[in-house]
Amino acid sequence: MYFSTRLLVCIMLEIKNLHASVNGKEILKGVDLTVKKGEIHAIMGPNGSGKSTLASVITGNPTFEVTKGNVIYEGIDLLELDPEERAGAGIFLSFQYPIEIPGVSMVNFMRAAINAQRKYRDEEPISATEFLRLMREKKELVEMDTQLTNRSVNEGFSGGEKKRNEIFQMAMLEPKLAILDETDSGLDIDALRVVANGVNKLKSNENASIVITHYQRLLDYIVPDYVHVLHDGKIIKTGDKSLALELEEKGYDWLKK
Amino acid sequence: MSDEILYEVTQNEYKYGFTTDIETEIIPPGINEDVIRLISKKKNEPEWLLDFRLKAYRHWTTMEMPDWAYLKIPPIDYQAISYFAAPRKNAPKSLDEVDPELLKTFEKLGIPLEEQKILSGMAVDAVMDSVSVKTTFRENLAELGIIFCSFSEAVQEHPDLVQKYMATVVPYADNYFAALNSAVFSDGSFVYIPKGVRCPMELSTYFRINAANTGQFERTLIIAEEGSYVSYLEGCTAPMRDENQLHAAIVEIVVMKDAEVKYSTVQNWYPGDKDGSGGVYNFVTKRGICKGENSRLSWTQVETGSAITWKYPSCILLGDNSSAEFYSVAVTNNHQQADTGTKMIHIGKNTSSHILSKGISAGVSNNSYRGLVKINPKAENARNFSQCDSMLLGDKCGAHTFPYMEVNNDTAIVEHEATTSKISEDQIFYCNQRGIDTETAVGLIVNGYAKEVLNKLPMEFAVEAQKLLQITLEGSVG
Ligand SMILES: Nc1ncnc2c1ncn2[C@@H]1O[C@H](COP(=O)(O)OP(=O)(O)O)[C@@H](O)[C@H]1O
Ligand SMILES: [Mg+2]
Repeated sequence: MYFSTRLLVCIMLEIKNLHASVNGKEILKGVDLTVKKGEIHAIMGPNGSGKSTLASVITGNPTFEVTKGNVIYEGIDLLELDPEERAGAGIFLSFQYPIEIPGVSMVNFMRAAINAQRKYRDEEPISATEFLRLMREKKELVEMDTQLTNRSVNEGFSGGEKKRNEIFQMAMLEPKLAILDETDSGLDIDALRVVANGVNKLKSNENASIVITHYQRLLDYIVPDYVHVLHDGKIIKTGDKSLALELEEKGYDWLKK
Repeated sequence: MSDEILYEVTQNEYKYGFTTDIETEIIPPGINEDVIRLISKKKNEPEWLLDFRLKAYRHWTTMEMPDWAYLKIPPIDYQAISYFAAPRKNAPKSLDEVDPELLKTFEKLGIPLEEQKILSGMAVDAVMDSVSVKTTFRENLAELGIIFCSFSEAVQEHPDLVQKYMATVVPYADNYFAALNSAVFSDGSFVYIPKGVRCPMELSTYFRINAANTGQFERTLIIAEEGSYVSYLEGCTAPMRDENQLHAAIVEIVVMKDAEVKYSTVQNWYPGDKDGSGGVYNFVTKRGICKGENSRLSWTQVETGSAITWKYPSCILLGDNSSAEFYSVAVTNNHQQADTGTKMIHIGKNTSSHILSKGISAGVSNNSYRGLVKINPKAENARNFSQCDSMLLGDKCGAHTFPYMEVNNDTAIVEHEATTSKISEDQIFYCNQRGIDTETAVGLIVNGYAKEVLNKLPMEFAVEAQKLLQITLEGSVG
């Protein structure tokens, strides 16, 4: 009795037999994944295996249609929520390909995001001074160029700047569940350290992260509790961090039947 | 953008739609020489002005409505329109004397005269229907020699100035609607800034259509003498109404040597309902002349209202080294149609003009930019840069660009750039993922897109305009 209550409280995200398709083509073919509070899960797998699709489905991207299965987040049916409600409930996605929004400054964008999420939680809008303080603090945390926040969202940002900007937004929004989709790709070792630092700062007993990556090197900085291999829309293997090293060495072919 | 979402955002009814119950004095509908004589008589006008009206009328009867714009204009029965309406009560001297109904109307519009006066230090010449109801700060301005009054008052008190400048920029024969306005114009504003004077406050007029079936024929004349400066704001919004309403205004601006005029408009006439019924027809002739050397004129407009907009604020660059700007945001939603742009006529040497047009179309609306850049043979070293951007919300609306260039001098540099963009699903999802709902996201993106133009507006107008953009597009992308 005691044990099961505890388990319920600990589970943040529970994905069961998730199937999803785009334009009638099935991409996810039965994904099962349970993430408990305080955990870091790494998802690895070859290109096109459905990693980004999984992230999109969890965050409610309308491009993808869920055809089967369910997703429970903190005891609620996540698939019933609009994308912005999911964000308000604490789910954050660091996009593999961050989107440019010309004309909308990072400052305005962040303020709108923070206030929207506060509203979702029945909180007052953030004051101007508090907002500026937060911006300064988080910019320092991710060592982001001050100039970038005065520019339009991701417009003309280099690949690395875009990734750093995702982590900056994550730091600003302090999500409960952060999903990082190949945030490490194309980053040099310094930037990688910053990204890892951002994730590690967020880590607590209450939060969890799903880190999608190709490379084991990120996992030197962010130590995962579990490593999953996604292949052709299914998780075909789960292990601990040593699995990442094994994959680095042997590739994925030995897992494919 | 899914159509469903688009549908939702476009379904918001006009937020400023309401009418007030002020008794209105109306001349029976119809137009003929007798009606024109009656208007002139009621306004106690001098002989020359009546002659001008009659000449304009006679010319108008020989003209045809223009059909070159990308607009579908339903037939207009000019004999069904009343050409004169005025609040019955006498023009008050202070706010206490203002009809409480009218004050309430302004409050609903978010324009409490009282507060605006105090807070923004703005002189508000509130035009209700055709007669000026209230002018504030006139005394302060008068000390500087600035004249800011209704057009009718100017005719009475400064007939020499009116006669000297009126119709020098927009002759009555200029176009069909200008001729009609010249024949029947009711009232409007008059501004005169003497030599070397910088007008210390933004001059502002709120226009409002308030009488059913009453055409609006405003006439504004602004004269900036040598070395002077003025910033003039025009804003309007109209009550909800079933009948189509004709609005054919004229604005003329004369800018002398070293003088500068900024004219800003936020246009929010009733656009009709979401099925395209009702709404104002806004056929406006606005033109300025940079008469002297180094003179400067800038037009900034935010056009969100009206069922049909036909409007090309233009500039004649006559003085050497003169320059002009046209900054425009035009939003069309539901069944609205807009054909708007500018004409820059370069005559003097080293003249320059800058055009920045941002069109936003949603619903099943049509939004066209039409602009002419003309470089006369003697306009040495003329420069023009035009940027015409269109943004589409949904795939049932249209955006069109009609740039015309007539370059008759080899030293001219004329550049034109045009872009078309859409708000992508990816952008909306990116915002959604950060917690921002789609309506707010559209507001953010649209305001970002229009930012360069909005930034040109005076502060108090810019805030209003931002809200207006979002309100206008509410429901156009889910
Ligand atoms: N919007 C889309 N339209 C069509 N196919 C898509 C779309 N997004 C992803 N796919 C397809 O789904 C599969 C999985 O893609 P993705 O989830 O991006 O893989 P990964 O992130 O593991 O590289 C690929 O075959 C990809 O081409
Ligand atoms: Mg991917």
